[in-house]
Amino acid sequence: MDASILGAAAINGLLLGGSYALVAVGLTLIYGVLHIINFAHGSLLMLAMYGVYFLLTKANVDPYAALPLMVAGMFAAGYLMYRALIGRFSHGKDENILLITLGLAIVLENAALFFFTGDTQTITVSYSNKMVELGPALVPLPKLVSFLASLLLCGALALFIARTDTGKAIRAVAKERDGARLVGIDVEKMFAVAYGIGIACLGAAACLLMPSFYVAPTVGHLFVIVAFTIVVLGGMGSFVGALLGALIIGLTESLAGLFFGEALGQIGIPLIFILILLLRPTGLFGAAR
Amino acid sequence: MRWAAPVGLLAVVIAYPLIFRSNFAVNFGILVLFFALIGQAWNIAGGFAGQLSFGHVVFFGTGAYCSTILQLKLGVNPWLGLLGAVAAGAGVGALIAVLAFRAGLRGSYFALITLAFAEAFRIVANSLAVTGGGVGLLIPLKRSAADFQFAERIGFYYVIAALAALSVAVAIWLTRSRFGARLAAIRENEDAARALGINTFREKVKVLALSGALCAAGGTFYAQYYLYIDPAVAFGVDKSVEMLLVTMIGGAGTVYGPLIGSFLLTLVGEATRSLTEAQGLSLIVYGGLLVVIIAFLPNGLADLLRVGRRRA
Repeated sequence: MDASILGAAAINGLLLGGSYALVAVGLTLIYGVLHIINFAHGSLLMLAMYGVYFLLTKANVDPYAALPLMVAGMFAAGYLMYRALIGRFSHGKDENILLITLGLAIVLENAALFFFTGDTQTITVSYSNKMVELGPALVPLPKLVSFLASLLLCGALALFIARTDTGKAIRAVAKERDGARLVGIDVEKMFAVAYGIGIACLGAAACLLMPSFYVAPTVGHLFVIVAFTIVVLGGMGSFVGALLGALIIGLTESLAGLFFGEALGQIGIPLIFILILLLRPTGLFGAAR
Repeated sequence: MRWAAPVGLLAVVIAYPLIFRSNFAVNFGILVLFFALIGQAWNIAGGFAGQLSFGHVVFFGTGAYCSTILQLKLGVNPWLGLLGAVAAGAGVGALIAVLAFRAGLRGSYFALITLAFAEAFRIVANSLAVTGGGVGLLIPLKRSAADFQFAERIGFYYVIAALAALSVAVAIWLTRSRFGARLAAIRENEDAARALGINTFREKVKVLALSGALCAAGGTFYAQYYLYIDPAVAFGVDKSVEMLLVTMIGGAGTVYGPLIGSFLLTLVGEATRSLTEAQGLSLIVYGGLLVVIIAFLPNGLADLLRVGRRRA
């Protein structure tokens, strides 16, 4: 096989991985702090993508300019969802949270189907079709922007968690919730904040994805298994793991498509997911459970 | 008295299509019993044994494809194909259970790996020639009972009624047998169950095989009723979710929960379809109900109605 085709596929895969990174980092943050699996992650991303779509088509707000607004909006949505539903009704069983987030996913997806129909929607902005030469590959500008911005935002989030008081409090409740409560941290509030930040990542991801992607009520399905795979690959709760996992999965998806064809190539992701869970459930960077 | 509820229910199920003879009414009955069957299959693993699955459709699709491929490629009679499908469903159930439980997966992790298996099966079915790829498989029309096709819908009704009755009988057996008691122990506290000397691994593999077998029977029925299957229907996430919903809403771990949930959800489905052409309304209701049930009625509607409440 021609090296330039392989190189182009690798570059495309890395860019794809970059756009997965924010989605996966949000999921791993929620897992790492709350120890819950957020099954509504894909549907909330779908919701955010519709938000970006309507901001452009109804209010003429550029997707990139909408980023602060979407981040704030999704943070609020996540915070409220945690306070109103998830935190209250788990009855202390993680399966219940899985089921509640599944219920939310079903409601959100079908509400989107009901109100926005099942049609696929795309947006067009002036830079949608601009191409950039990157080594052997010719890549769309929005994908490159998405890749760089996504890495930057992941870094910023890691700094926030490492350096600020809120970040410290979040780490404290993640490690030792009773101890955190004893030193005066409002544990439930920090859980809601962490959940909100995880969902806010989806707001940013939606702004970065929309110029080169589409939205439909089921678009979240595409990201759910991918995001879970990245998170278990990197190790549940690990930031660096999620970032590297995203790049590995992007590469795998692109190269598997090249070698095994469009249809069978998709099997790489569920296969990696199954193998990691069976053979090394702590992932590449996760702490032992 | 202990047989009053199941015998009475059976009489109602047998009499229903003789009283309500319209195509709509019989089809409604078929849908209720079909979802009751696959819901009960889910319930046996997810409810009685507490092994929550998000990918139970993998057994459904295995059954549907198994009997259909046997019939189309090897000319095997679909009634025999049904037996083959049941065996294949049990085999896939045991295989996934052995792999997942050997690795020590529990709770949410088990749920996620079943989802990944269903996705892997969907992609394989989508890519192979023998499964017809993305186009799917069409079963030629041969309206005779010997070919598992009936000129009148009522024939299909009694087949699915028999399968659903069998699934309820299995559930009743689980509430009264030592096997069922061991499953309940595993569901309530797996470590304690092991400490009591229960071979939890073996029991969990057995229950997944049993659940997979019943679910696969539903798959063969589906293929014969609609005469068509494709990877999205056979291995898509929709059926997995519907199985889980009818059971969780009706009452997980109860004998009649899946039937109650199936009746209610089929009713809601038909009612919303008559109200609006837009899609999605019924599932908004189901998803909302799931959240409400988890929040306020962890044992489902069966708890409210106080029937079949005798947990194993």
